[in-house]
Amino acid sequence: MVTFIIRRLIGTVFLLIVVSIITFAIFFLIPRLAGQTTYQLAAQYVGRNPTRQAILQVEKQLGLADPLYLQYGRFLKAIVFGAHYRAGPEVTYCPPPCFGYSFRSQLPVWPQMVSDIPVTLSLAIGASVLWLIGGVSIGVLSALRRGTLFDRFSMGIALAGVSLPIFFTGLIALELFSYKWQIFPNVTYVSFTTNPLLWARNLVLPWIVLAFLYAALYARLTRAGMLETMSEDYIRTARAKGLPERKVIVKHGLRAALTPIVTIFGMDLGLLLGGAIITEVTFSLHGLGLFTVEAVQNQDLPEILGVTMLAAFFIVVANLVVDIFYALLDPRVRY
Amino acid sequence: MPGALLEVENLRIHFPTQDGLVKAVDGVSFSLERGRTLGIVGESGSGKSVTSFGIMGLHQGSQAQISGHIRLDGEDLVAASPARVRELRGDKMAMIFQDPLSSLHPYYTVGNQIIEGYRVHHPEATKQQARQRAIDMLDRVGIPQSAVRIDDYPHTFSGGMRQRVMIAMALCNDPGLLIADEPTTALDVTVQAQILDLISDLQAEFGSAVIMITHDLGVVAELSDDILVMYAGRIVEYGAAADIFARPGHPYTWGLLASMPRMDRERLTRLVPIPGTPPSLIRVPPGCPFHPRCRYAHLNGGRSETEVPELRETEDTGHLVACHLTAAERAKQWALLSAGQVPENVRDTVPQGGGEA
Repeated sequence: MVTFIIRRLIGTVFLLIVVSIITFAIFFLIPRLAGQTTYQLAAQYVGRNPTRQAILQVEKQLGLADPLYLQYGRFLKAIVFGAHYRAGPEVTYCPPPCFGYSFRSQLPVWPQMVSDIPVTLSLAIGASVLWLIGGVSIGVLSALRRGTLFDRFSMGIALAGVSLPIFFTGLIALELFSYKWQIFPNVTYVSFTTNPLLWARNLVLPWIVLAFLYAALYARLTRAGMLETMSEDYIRTARAKGLPERKVIVKHGLRAALTPIVTIFGMDLGLLLGGAIITEVTFSLHGLGLFTVEAVQNQDLPEILGVTMLAAFFIVVANLVVDIFYALLDPRVRY
Repeated sequence: MPGALLEVENLRIHFPTQDGLVKAVDGVSFSLERGRTLGIVGESGSGKSVTSFGIMGLHQGSQAQISGHIRLDGEDLVAASPARVRELRGDKMAMIFQDPLSSLHPYYTVGNQIIEGYRVHHPEATKQQARQRAIDMLDRVGIPQSAVRIDDYPHTFSGGMRQRVMIAMALCNDPGLLIADEPTTALDVTVQAQILDLISDLQAEFGSAVIMITHDLGVVAELSDDILVMYAGRIVEYGAAADIFARPGHPYTWGLLASMPRMDRERLTRLVPIPGTPPSLIRVPPGCPFHPRCRYAHLNGGRSETEVPELRETEDTGHLVACHLTAAERAKQWALLSAGQVPENVRDTVPQGGGEA
């Protein structure tokens, strides 16, 4: 098991390097292949209405004309060790992980992203707890009561949940619960450490809206998984042993049905941590999702680069956690 | 038969489906005493497995309609509450299945699965006692290094070893009745004999009654005291194994025997398959259900097509056969067949009946 984890860790580091190469290529190689000159690239880094001299200075400063491997080396070095930027006579130090300075605020990208992480984290974790509990339990009940009114009703709701986009359900929820009935009047982020109660109360609406989509998905997945495992031969064996039905369902059925759910859950959570874009925009929560949207709208290259790397990092780490979890859950995967 | 461990009386198990009522088991009666083995033989879909699942109460929760009586030690399992049947299941009666890989849970060690089955019926046993019991059982069924292997997962065992684990699991509560549902079908030929030997050894040791379900007459010939031949959910022949092998009375049994290779005869005759396919259990042919595939049905002057034959004692051995053929005709035909000759007046081509598209 330990060697398995070590092997996976090495693989993860390798994967992160590949991710950084691809990200680098997207931002610095592809524009060049598309015919953009380094001068034009540099022009993006200078403010509005730049002088030719300023652009040339930036081009030199950032080394945009250097060979690509040198640039990639600098890019990687900045992320791991930080970087020194020379602006005129003074030298500024950008601490690691350094993705450069934002065009808009002229501040290092990383601290800005870090300040947005708690919002996205709160949103993702709260919603995932809701959808896991809701989705899995509804899925199990549906499978066990297959064909009953409960099954049809919950699967109908689940279909709606999967089909309705968040900007629709979110706006309806906001209109009803926030404006009309004033049950959750403020959907603004309050830090958990400041006031846990207010933190939860303000996030309930986005949690429910986000969880609704995923719960619907998970209910359908769990139902299908349970129906499949409950018809397995080993379930018959468990019954033949005289185990109580509850134990047959939970220990033998659910255990096997949940394993693939864990995989999907890890990936979904990893993806969400990179920014629940639509939910954050709908509820105006300033997390990584909204950060991304703003970065893209402003064509703020360092910000886009930073958030891309961060999102990729979350997914890669989620992948690692899922792999280790899977090996713990399924003895056949080990070794 | 008073004192029998298991008495099945007029058992019917029907499944309502969208296409109609499936009469999987239709009026089956037999009994079994401690220490004896009953072989249930028949083609796929003849109702063998459904009967055994019915005895184990494994149809609960499905749509099955069950009537008749199943008495285990005098207690009627059809009338008993599901909770009571669950108590008996795994304790007084146990079952092993066809495919030992899919029958074991892949996520739990074999020890875990045996201990679980032991503790559910022995709540007073400590974990240590249950574990020791599991190790002893694995030892008994011939798993080497059982104290180490107990913590291994099923996928690390070979097919034969897995079936041994299943047997250990089934016998850990010392059940009075063991049902083996085609226990060797999924195994290598070389392993099959070992498993059958193991079952009969353990039967002698534990004194349990065994129901051996199979489509392989060779298996029952080796192990069974009694044989029950099933066709389309009904019994067509039932009696002592020696009687049935010496003087089989039903053309279906003849067909099964003729389609089985035999080592004790010279290879004079070819293996003869039974023509046609088993009938649909929704529209069972009227009269004798076997008549569309029977090569002798025309000798009964139309009774085979219209009148359901009852189980009657044969004149020679006294075992039960459900067939309209007269004793003389039956004796004559079997004499010819067993001598390896072509029977007289048989139909060559048989109308394809019952085979459901």
